[in-house]
Amino acid sequence: MEITLTVNGAAKAVDVPDNALLVDVLRESLGLTGTHVGCDTSQCGACVVHMNGDAVKSCTVLAGQADGADVTTIEGIGNPDDLHPMQEAFRDNHALQCGFCTPGMIMSAIDLVQKGGGALDEAAVRDGLEGNLCRCTGYHNIVKAVLAAQSSM
Amino acid sequence: MYQFNYHRPSTLEEAVGLMSGAEDGVYLSGGMTLIPTLKQRLASPSDVIDLGAIPGLTGVTVNDGTVSVGGMTRHAEVAASDAIPALADLASRIGDAHVRNRGTIGGSLANSDPAADYPAAVVALCGTVHTTTRSIAASDYFTGLFETALHDGEIVTSVDFCMPDVAAYEKFPNPASRYAVVGVMVARCPGCICVGVTGAGACAFRAAAMEEALAADFSPGALDGVSVDHSEFNSDIHASAEFRGHLVGVLAKRAVARIA
Ligand SMILES: Cc1cc2nc3c(=O)[nH]c(=O)nc-3n(C[C@H](O)[C@H](O)[C@H](O)COP(=O)(O)OP(=O)(O)OC[C@H]3O[C@@H](n4cnc5c(N)ncnc54)[C@H](O)[C@@H]3O)c2cc1C
Ligand code: FES
Ligand code: FES
Repeated sequence: MEITLTVNGAAKAVDVPDNALLVDVLRESLGLTGTHVGCDTSQCGACVVHMNGDAVKSCTVLAGQADGADVTTIEGIGNPDDLHPMQEAFRDNHALQCGFCTPGMIMSAIDLVQKGGGALDEAAVRDGLEGNLCRCTGYHNIVKAVLAAQSSM
Repeated sequence: MYQFNYHRPSTLEEAVGLMSGAEDGVYLSGGMTLIPTLKQRLASPSDVIDLGAIPGLTGVTVNDGTVSVGGMTRHAEVAASDAIPALADLASRIGDAHVRNRGTIGGSLANSDPAADYPAAVVALCGTVHTTTRSIAASDYFTGLFETALHDGEIVTSVDFCMPDVAAYEKFPNPASRYAVVGVMVARCPGCICVGVTGAGACAFRAAAMEEALAADFSPGALDGVSVDHSEFNSDIHASAEFRGHLVGVLAKRAVARIA
């Protein structure tokens, strides 16, 4: 089937099998491999992107459900010369080690801060990142980075 | 995932028609339960019929003491609504933010996972499940483990709740998934006091003995010595039946303490 969607501001049309996932569209059809797949159970959040303004697990959205949607991936928020404030905060606070969870963490954190109205405290950040697992950092510096980005975003 | 045909109807009639014409069809709403099941090859439907493009099935509306939630309303939207604070609180503690941004009340109730949160509210707030063909009272809706009164092809279109004077939900979440090991909603309404329990048994139920004790004295202490029969409760790696029975008492008291 053919679906059309907007990805990082550009209109895209892709031909995919009926059982394709949004993450397959992004990684396989469009070559946007910044979005990761870390689990098979919808629990790790490595695959989080924004769809119509909400953070979603792209491994648990069928391509058909994303037909007509506006999607933003980690590639769409900044670049090495002009990092998004959340990316900058992750770098400044040493909020990543292997980096596997980082794209999903950053996309979740941006949604969290945008909807948090500047009022997030540590507990709210930890609760908001419940659906993102990190095997390396122990979360401490991730939480610090998100709180720092809340002031800079 | 096995192969299937994906459909995206734009009306309920079209969806029901696609289902009756499919060899082995399944509806899809938020996909937060169905898609993981498909990915693990635990189901192999011939057709997946997505309800996501059908208008008019979302939102929370208040009318004459009844709160109506559209079947396709996402957990995040219920969490953000101020109609029944205890219901919003319950929804805000389902899974994680991403699950709440996709998962729907209709999908949760159709699935009837014994550890799902919403069923506690449906039984405690005298809910009515409306479908494409009829209205089903909460007391008739949950029939067993992952079993409901829904017939093949029937779609949950909305759920009505009574507006309580006060209500509170307490759960003991599984630390990994956030599903309820046990969850208890206590509601005091104009004509009744209801205690809805999820997570403990095969499906959600009301704890009659607790309701009687609270009707006489609406305080946490009134539940001292009131036990629930745990002989038929779930027992798994997360908790024994006996521990679940204990949790029902503890959580009910905590809920009462918040609103007494
Ligand atoms: C990581 C994770 C954590 C979770 N934690 C919790 C939790 O803490 N508490 C909790 O309660 N739930 C939890 N869930 C489940 C979540 O709430 C699901 O969203 C919900 O159970 C199913 O809703 P859905 O809209 O995603 O349904 P889907 O997955 O789309 O569908 C589920 C089933 O219902 C059927 N169906 C869907 N919509 C309808 C309808 N309108 N009418 C008739 N049949 C329908 C489908 O055919 C399917 O069989 C979690 C899920 C995940 C992935
Ligand atoms: S890959 Fe783990 S939640 Fe999507
Ligand atoms: S930095 Fe390695 S998984 Fe998070």
